[in-house]
Amino acid sequence: MWRAFTCILARDLRLAMRRRTDVLTTLFFFLIVTSLFPLGVGTEKQVLHALGPGVVWVAALLASMLALERLFAADQEDGTLEQILLTPQPLSVLVLAKVAAHWLLTGLPLALIAPLIALQYQLPETPRMAMMLSLLVGTPILSLIGAIGAALTLGLRGGGILLSLLILPLYVPVLVYGAGAVTVSAIDFADTRPYFSLLGAFLLLSLIFSPLAAAAALRISLE
Amino acid sequence: MLEVMDLACRRGDRQLFSELSFALEPGSLLHVRGRNGSGKTTLLRALCGLLAPEAGEIRWKGEDSRRLGDDYRTDILYFGHLNGIKGDLTGIENLRVSTTLEGNRVGEERLWSVLGQMGLAGFEDLPTRMLSQGQKKRVALARLLVSDAPLWILDEPFTALDTDAVDLLQTLIAGHVENSGMVVLTTHQEVPITSGRIRRLHLGD
Repeated sequence: MWRAFTCILARDLRLAMRRRTDVLTTLFFFLIVTSLFPLGVGTEKQVLHALGPGVVWVAALLASMLALERLFAADQEDGTLEQILLTPQPLSVLVLAKVAAHWLLTGLPLALIAPLIALQYQLPETPRMAMMLSLLVGTPILSLIGAIGAALTLGLRGGGILLSLLILPLYVPVLVYGAGAVTVSAIDFADTRPYFSLLGAFLLLSLIFSPLAAAAALRISLE
Repeated sequence: MLEVMDLACRRGDRQLFSELSFALEPGSLLHVRGRNGSGKTTLLRALCGLLAPEAGEIRWKGEDSRRLGDDYRTDILYFGHLNGIKGDLTGIENLRVSTTLEGNRVGEERLWSVLGQMGLAGFEDLPTRMLSQGQKKRVALARLLVSDAPLWILDEPFTALDTDAVDLLQTLIAGHVENSGMVVLTTHQEVPITSGRIRRLHLGD
């Protein structure tokens, strides 16, 4: 089972390295969207401080969604998904491997670059670190929940739009507590731990349930 | 052994077939024929569990194949219309991924020799999108050589292959049947095998 997990993970990472543009598109989308806001609303420090956490988080949601549509669709087109479904391995483990690859290629780079992005919003050091941390905990949840939507909309016409309509509402709690953690961290004597605990709880919950749900959705989609 | 009982499948509003029953013993081949759209592919997809039949049961070694789950999937090898290989991966990488997922531990040397046997010597480490249609199919069919699944389900395996490859595939199929394997295939050409039994199933009409 572990071998199958690493096999799929390595396969997806290798495929992404052979098609680097897909990975870079996500990262540049995130960079550009987050840079547009300071340019648009002016350089007033208070406005930027208020906007920063929310804008960066919303941009991260959208960026992580860009690559979601291809998560299973690429494998469906060339028939590898059929073969994956027919292997004697637990499908949820294979789905988890694909999600892990998606996160390593989209979520992780976003989280690592976030402290740099936050400079544009003139955020001090503590909220910048909080931003990176909250994205590190939050983006895997986005990939995990997104996988369910990607599996459900697989092979549908206009699946991309449907996917966003289906998934974005589910991202709301992650957005609220993720951006909340960053905002609160800027206030002296405020405690960010409840925010991170809740994000952690979401992560554990989605880690357990979403591979199972996505696996079931895949079997239905391929019929 | 594979038993199919009162199988019925429909696509949309159209009933493709119903009350289809047959059994396949080790060492035999089932040749499914029928005009286009008669449900050959649907039958094969239902047999390997990709598609839930409307009614009926597929039993493997006396047990319901749905309930067997992974134990059934270990025992089948499905080859569909799509090759199931990644264009950005090389032939070797594709074969390595599929054998690992099937749970076989196959050495690196064996993988290379298998691709050589499939007539792909010199093309093993090219991304498969650079290969011709027939060569891609050969990469995909290389799985037949490393798999130890007793039941092969092959959907139109001969299309896009040149005469050499057709001969090779026929030898493989005949060899599998001789080793008391089972094969279900759809094709429009005759499959000459010397030993074992050939059964025919005509869909439609």
